[in-house]
Amino acid sequence: MNLLASTIAMPNIDYLALSPEIILLVGATLVLLATSLVRGGMKRNMATGITLLLSVAALIASLLQWHRVSTQGATITIAKAISMDGFSAFIGVTIACSMILATLIGHVFLERERITTPEYHILSLVAASGAIVMAQANDLIVIFLGIEILSIALYVLVAFNPLRGESGEAALKYYVLGGFSSAVFVYGIALVYGATGSTNLGQISDFFAQNQLINTGLLYAGIALLLVGFGFKVAAVPFHVWTPDVYQGAPSPITGYMAAIAKVGGFAALIRVFIAAMGSQASTWQPIIYALAIATLLLGAIVALVQRDVKRMLAYSSIAHAGFILVGIEVGTLAGTSAALYYLFVYSIMTIGAFGIVTVLGGDGDGDHDLTRYRGLARRQPWLGGALVILLLAQAGIPFTTGFLAKLGVVSAAIQGGSWPLALVAMLSAGIGVAFYLRVAVIAVLPGQPEMDADTDTPASAVSAATSRSQTGLLLEESTTTQSEEAIVNVPLLGAIGIGLATLTTVVFGILPGPLLDFANSAAKIFQP
Amino acid sequence: MSIPSSWYLILSAILFGIGIFGVLVRRNVLVMFMCIELMLNAANLSLVTFSRTLNDVGGQADVFFILVVAAAEVVVGLGIVVTIFRRRATANADEISSMKG
Repeated sequence: MNLLASTIAMPNIDYLALSPEIILLVGATLVLLATSLVRGGMKRNMATGITLLLSVAALIASLLQWHRVSTQGATITIAKAISMDGFSAFIGVTIACSMILATLIGHVFLERERITTPEYHILSLVAASGAIVMAQANDLIVIFLGIEILSIALYVLVAFNPLRGESGEAALKYYVLGGFSSAVFVYGIALVYGATGSTNLGQISDFFAQNQLINTGLLYAGIALLLVGFGFKVAAVPFHVWTPDVYQGAPSPITGYMAAIAKVGGFAALIRVFIAAMGSQASTWQPIIYALAIATLLLGAIVALVQRDVKRMLAYSSIAHAGFILVGIEVGTLAGTSAALYYLFVYSIMTIGAFGIVTVLGGDGDGDHDLTRYRGLARRQPWLGGALVILLLAQAGIPFTTGFLAKLGVVSAAIQGGSWPLALVAMLSAGIGVAFYLRVAVIAVLPGQPEMDADTDTPASAVSAATSRSQTGLLLEESTTTQSEEAIVNVPLLGAIGIGLATLTTVVFGILPGPLLDFANSAAKIFQP
Repeated sequence: MSIPSSWYLILSAILFGIGIFGVLVRRNVLVMFMCIELMLNAANLSLVTFSRTLNDVGGQADVFFILVVAAAEVVVGLGIVVTIFRRRATANADEISSMKG
């Protein structure tokens, strides 16, 4: 036996398929290395610049993938573990855009908190690569690796603000529940493997096509556990308990970033596993997602109504958004999947933009997120206040914004697919949503209030307070003006670019929806026979 | 004599149940970490068992990925506990709860 002569069969690697992850991960490693080697560490501006370049490069790589897929068709590479198709290209574009916005806004936070080390950027690059792996994975265990690359980086990012006790507390909660859900997910993988004989999504799909299932108990338990794992990651009710605390405790730019990419990654993997691989078992998982969607839509919207902390309010609103995306997935048709994809992109941009404004307004120490801080914002700072109002109205689903088309897309897909009760619940949730988004928007547009009115918390009482204030005369008027002049916050250039880009995207694609809708539509086509 | 594979699966289910129970009931953060490890290893046991019964090496390869991930996860978890411990000197989850609502 000549051991040297025997070769190990190497899998065929398509590097274009892996290029976004390679760019992000290698870039993160090089930045880390440079930080340790360069005397005095890497400068903050330098790290931000490099991270922006890497994010743009990942965006270009995803667009190149899209070009390749649309000219030469989808491919599966690396021993069938990674797939490159329109779907993964679309999610790659979404995550790269989120990454660009989050870097711009994160820089504002780092500058204000005087954090000089570039770990923030390194970890967010790693998290983005994990989310892209989740979207490209064609094997359950690769999805698990993607989840963990994403989650472990996010655990550290949530704990990133060492001066705030809440940050560490939020990280611990996220860590324990994240670890718990990962363990449940892995057990689900084990059971599905036992039932179907493979963890590869393609082989699982073939198995269902060729075999009549005898041992359904194992498969059903596996599907249920996988759904619980995904439910935690995308914060679907009843697995949402960690969301408000973690979103409140995490540094604001991180909250926006994780709200976007953790959901994008989670939903991408969910769509791939359930619609692509287990589409033939839809009768098993559809009722569960149906129930999850209804609970998520209603609870997210109703609890958001009573929140006073803007970060908690946005946390519950992101739960409600997850419900809308679940509606698109439940339908399972081409229209449903493409509406869910479009919603994911739109939601990421709006959320990061909104949390960007929260970051800017949070003040030194990133601790002040009470609603009173937003009172009269649009009067003091028309641009910032205007961006906030646009982003909130877009989340509420007002026409001429991307949010409207996203909600319309899922609801009409649900009606076409025959799930009209679900569409009804979604419209109800959207209606409640308008109430709490408008509440913040109205508070931002109303004139600034003196300190004694700080305990008013509804738009109605704010209106009455405003009228009573205008009657009390000049003296009070003057004290208000001095106070609101003090409250003007400085918006650094990069932060303004980030928030401006998010708002612009929301409006421009709301008025000219064609290109983005086409992209989402063709990205969803791979799941149709 | 040989042990039937279903015994391994039952053992794995029991271990997984103990893990879930521990995470939900115990309040010491370090014990909660251990219970999460128990759940991951219960899944590993199932994977290896299925791998044997299916005569497919893939399941056993997956176990290595899970082991590595579990190790990385614990490192980060302990780091978070250390940062909290510096401020509060407690590892009890009930005392780490300033946020409500």
